[in-house]
Amino acid sequence: MIRLALAALLALWATLAAAEVEIEEVTSPGGIDAWLVETREIPFVALEVRIRGGANLDLPGKRGATNLMVALLEEGAGDMDAQAFQTAREALAASYDFDVYDDSFALSVQALTENRDAAMALLRQALIEPRFDQDAIDRVRAQVIAGIRSEANDPNDIANAAFDAAAFGDHPYGSDLDGTIESVTALTRDDIVEAHARVLTRDRIHVGAVGDITADELGALLDKLFAGLPAEGPTLPERAEFALQGGISVIDYDTPQSVALFGHTGMARDDPDFFAAFILNEILGGSGLGSRLMTEVREERGLTYGVYSYLLPRDHAELYLGSVASANDRIAEAIEVIRDEWRRLAEEGVTAEELQDAKTFLTGAYPLRFDGNGRIASILVGMQMIDLPVDYIATRNANVEAVTLEEINRVAAELLRPDALHFTVVGKPEGLETTTN
Amino acid sequence: MHRLFAALALSLAPLAALAEEVTTYTLENGMEVVVIEDNRAPVVVHMVWYKSGAADEPAGVSGIAHYLEHLMFKQTETLGPGEFSETVAANGGTDNAFTSYDYTAYFQRVAADRLGLMMQMEADRMNNLVLTEEDIVTERDVILEERNQRVENEPGALAREQLRAAQFLNHRYGVPIIGWRHEMETLGMEEALAFYDLHYAPNNAILIVAGDVAPEEVLDLAREHYGPIPAEPNVPERFRAQEPPQTAERRLVYEDPRVSQPYLTRSYLAPERDAGAQEKAAALVYLAELLGGSNFTSEFGRALQFESDIAVWSSAFYGGVSLDDTTFGMVVVPSEGVSLDDAEAAMDRVIADFMANGPDPDQMESLRTQLRASEIYARDNVQGLARRYGAALTSGLTVEDVQAWPDILQAVTAEDVLAAAEEVLDKRRSVTSWVIPNQEVLSQ
Repeated sequence: MIRLALAALLALWATLAAAEVEIEEVTSPGGIDAWLVETREIPFVALEVRIRGGANLDLPGKRGATNLMVALLEEGAGDMDAQAFQTAREALAASYDFDVYDDSFALSVQALTENRDAAMALLRQALIEPRFDQDAIDRVRAQVIAGIRSEANDPNDIANAAFDAAAFGDHPYGSDLDGTIESVTALTRDDIVEAHARVLTRDRIHVGAVGDITADELGALLDKLFAGLPAEGPTLPERAEFALQGGISVIDYDTPQSVALFGHTGMARDDPDFFAAFILNEILGGSGLGSRLMTEVREERGLTYGVYSYLLPRDHAELYLGSVASANDRIAEAIEVIRDEWRRLAEEGVTAEELQDAKTFLTGAYPLRFDGNGRIASILVGMQMIDLPVDYIATRNANVEAVTLEEINRVAAELLRPDALHFTVVGKPEGLETTTN
Repeated sequence: MHRLFAALALSLAPLAALAEEVTTYTLENGMEVVVIEDNRAPVVVHMVWYKSGAADEPAGVSGIAHYLEHLMFKQTETLGPGEFSETVAANGGTDNAFTSYDYTAYFQRVAADRLGLMMQMEADRMNNLVLTEEDIVTERDVILEERNQRVENEPGALAREQLRAAQFLNHRYGVPIIGWRHEMETLGMEEALAFYDLHYAPNNAILIVAGDVAPEEVLDLAREHYGPIPAEPNVPERFRAQEPPQTAERRLVYEDPRVSQPYLTRSYLAPERDAGAQEKAAALVYLAELLGGSNFTSEFGRALQFESDIAVWSSAFYGGVSLDDTTFGMVVVPSEGVSLDDAEAAMDRVIADFMANGPDPDQMESLRTQLRASEIYARDNVQGLARRYGAALTSGLTVEDVQAWPDILQAVTAEDVLAAAEEVLDKRRSVTSWVIPNQEVLSQ
């Protein structure tokens, strides 16, 4: 591949897309809101569910409880143990994908029209009546711990963990949601049951549905799926303060290529300048265009296979992050070039031509994201998670077009702070030492 | 030139009714054209697949197919450096490319009304690539960093390279697609252009257009843009050195302190999907699923993770799209305190029991249902469908083979699976690899 696909990063921006999709706002008889695109070409429905809170709701000393709980949702429910549950799911050819992030619990479902009721009844049991059998807890705990061990040896994971810990300390953002070997080992069944009651609640549910289903059918289905969950969840955590100063942290690790994670504070999604910042990042380090970082670090100097930057507006903190990887004897130069580009953009801004090219790309690319039931359902639920109205879709491109050169260059000067950039480097980098600006 | 509708090519009712609409043509210069219609969104995926990949490289220049893929984004006689991707982006599109053993493919995803422009540029770089010495040097650094990122920094990837090299005694599938590092360091202008001149030609390429398009319009555009490019008379016949009979089991220990969790993998030489004869490969798809598809219900999952505490993870896998013989693989990650020796013995016992008892009939039927459903879900991803056709057609299969495959999968019996297992799971044609952080692991 000429470029590494950055699906995870792109997904953040999918929420800004738009196209000729007809979205119906549905409220179930039981009061659950959902956005629906009814489309009957293929006999299945894609359902995307998010519940705000996620691993942020781990109790003190119980880091990893939410993650382990979510991993156990597919491990038995009602009168079915893990194998019986999976046998039933496989026979229906339905897929339930449970996941957890810092800010949310996520559920992705695909179910055939021909057996949708049975597929949803089975899913309901997983959500409402999970068994959390002790043997399943122990088996999945061992898998989680194997994952934690592997992250401890992966340069990218080492960099992420060190960066987050230094940036956010005791806030949940400061530690990996998997937990530590010690915290996960100490989790009991009661901890898992408690995490289930805290995280899966009805007050913070968002739903996107696309496919072969009517509004009435969807409403009835949602009530069946979620009735029985607690009505309200616990208070969400406080804002996380970003404590990392500009500079470089080197973490010694014997591997031929150093990886660097870098960043400073970012911008909130509802900031009036967000569109300007979004376009600015596309020019600096986005993956759609030949960005300045890619041009200078890769195309001109051959220092890396990929260098990217991205805005990360989370629920309780905003970050502006980037990543690069270069051989140990070349990473110092890559970092120097990145910092120089950060400074050049802050001081000199973008050109009118760069702004126009980015607008053309962003406005042209946006309808292309709306293909496929699963992808559209993800976009719909993502929009709800950041409080965008349904009609946002119709105005999005106009908002991109409205950003002026003066605006974007004012935002560049405010947002980009080269001296505040912190680089966390993992490897055996030559000519780099831990420093503070 | 002919036109073929999927619905006519299939006879079985439920799957035929669901099949994608596919139309095929052949241009006079030999370029094949495949159009997949999907009018759900105003989007088109435009792909050109060359029937040349890493396994078609000359000896000593491993990685040249992939390196050339990178260089194809430089300049042409009419497009400046980087202008190809800039133009795609200026039209709201995205583009990329990928190289495998049997193909190299380039694609763009754009609004359907930009298809002609994409063809114009892709046709241009099929024949008019311009390389500078500076591009050669800089991009070689980029592919070396790509190798660093994907392989040198990943002990699992380094172990896989050693395993493949041991699996294939004579075939190029034993050489990494990205190349051996010492050969990548010597790649240059001459090697890149030699590969380009010989392989990048319409009679060695397949055009795949998928999305909101009408087949006749695609044909007209293809004639306009690709039609004038002359065929290359010297495109080599795709013959790679084949495997001799494999008669000795191979065993490896790959040691790397960056390995966090010891594990074992085994790979067996296995037949691929052949045109008009895909039944054995279909049986191997079931075999992989039955042995190690689901951690909950497969033979490995049940025996190693539920009925005993031998493994923390297990899997079996098989991909049948390949021009020449492929592999059937399995992996077991032992639980803490279980030795690799014991884990491997347990894995072999599961295989022996399976051979003795045959597939569980309920599991066979459940897999049949899941495979049928996967065809329905697959239609949601038109780019995935396009890749399915591209990979198949560059690996010796035909459109008819691709369309017959779902029904062939539906027809697999327990006897077919056992017969395929008997043939393939022969240790003399296998490599077993233990991946460990240090020798102390072995003495525990």
